[in-house]
Amino acid sequence: MLKTVLISALLFPGLALVAASPAKVSVDPELSTAPRPLEPQTEQAAVRDYIQSWQAMQSGFDQNRPDLLNADFVGGAMNKLAGTIKQQAVLGLRTHYQDLSHKIQFLFYSPEGLSIEFTDEVEFDLQVFDHGHLVATHHETARYLVMMSPSEVRWRVRVFQALQG
Amino acid sequence: MTTRLLFLAAVIVFAALPAALAQDAGLTLPKTVQAGQSFAVSSSGNGTLYIIGPGQVLKKSVRLREPLQLPAGSLVNAGHYLAILASDSGSQSATFDVLPSQNPARISFLAEPSRLPVDLSDGVAGAVYVFDRFGNLIVNPTPVSFELSVPSGTPQQHSVVTKYGAAWTKMSTTAHEGIGSFVARAGDVSVSRSVYQVAGDPCRLTMTVQPSRQGLQLQTDPVRDCSGNPVPDGTIVSFSESYDGGISTADVPLKHGIAKVDLPAHRGGLLSVASGVVLGNQIRWEK
Repeated sequence: MLKTVLISALLFPGLALVAASPAKVSVDPELSTAPRPLEPQTEQAAVRDYIQSWQAMQSGFDQNRPDLLNADFVGGAMNKLAGTIKQQAVLGLRTHYQDLSHKIQFLFYSPEGLSIEFTDEVEFDLQVFDHGHLVATHHETARYLVMMSPSEVRWRVRVFQALQG
Repeated sequence: MTTRLLFLAAVIVFAALPAALAQDAGLTLPKTVQAGQSFAVSSSGNGTLYIIGPGQVLKKSVRLREPLQLPAGSLVNAGHYLAILASDSGSQSATFDVLPSQNPARISFLAEPSRLPVDLSDGVAGAVYVFDRFGNLIVNPTPVSFELSVPSGTPQQHSVVTKYGAAWTKMSTTAHEGIGSFVARAGDVSVSRSVYQVAGDPCRLTMTVQPSRQGLQLQTDPVRDCSGNPVPDGTIVSFSESYDGGISTADVPLKHGIAKVDLPAHRGGLLSVASGVVLGNQIRWEK
């Protein structure tokens, strides 16, 4: 059985990614210098919506559909990610991101409660397809700086930017 | 049997090789690139160069030993990127970072509240995020100054340094009402928000009573806050009259700084005035 899985993974790397389990998430809510305390409900809502934004990003990049980002991203993050998806479509590319784990560290909750900032050390797999052909697979750990702001019913990602490795 | 398994394993491994990535000396590029600046990529083979990241993707053809010069403006979005050189013989890869420019070009400034009472300690808060000209958050510590100017008094200034692109401050309002300017500045860029300092709660609320055609006319003195600022027109003043176990009340908005109302006269009635949580004087009508 193990051999079957191994061979399947080698021959059909995408299959292994499709079957991936939900990403592990760990959170450190401790704010070092906080103008405003971070309530547990706020922390949980921001983390929940952020993890959902990864699902939206993965779908958007995998299907080259920027509209899939609408519910989860806003402002600069929305513009940049949507721009990248459009570039992919023009170049005949498609990328499949699969997040494996997130390690979230809250940094800043603004005094008026309209923005929240944290870092996320995220481990993910990446597959690159050119006109449907797999060009590369890559396993990566990167640290992202994320700023979210509240909208009508949820937190949305406004800044999504990898920090220098 | 063992030979066949080994052969099968070898076939699988070789079939997977083009899709496998490794850091390879055959693909050379800088570890970091400033956003918007040109840089060169060199390789030891022909093929297609892919630069992949959530912030941007590029695809270029490269030739053996000819450095590929990516002109200024090719990569403007800060982040972590994967470079892949795909050729018939396999793939080479390397990762690198695009860093934000260090020059602030845009400030996102959230100031709240925009309208608040005078003489309030740490009453107004401001938070900024500092971006470069490409919309990248400048994560290196960047000096930011906040200044709150009001119609009277010297401006308050706070200087702070951003942490992960963010900085904040709290400032106090002065004793006099008026429109203040709350400015955040980073480098050559500044953003201003208007802050309306309005009078606080009424202070020393007093009224007088005179007979009128309808009975009694109750009228406040000009209503001011504890700093002497006139309380805004429209502020509700409540008059009440207690008599024989009953009570009648009237809510009246301030007009030209005073409130007045006519109430029926009841001998021995107790007249009182209030606004919000502030109680004024009481008068017993004995005539």
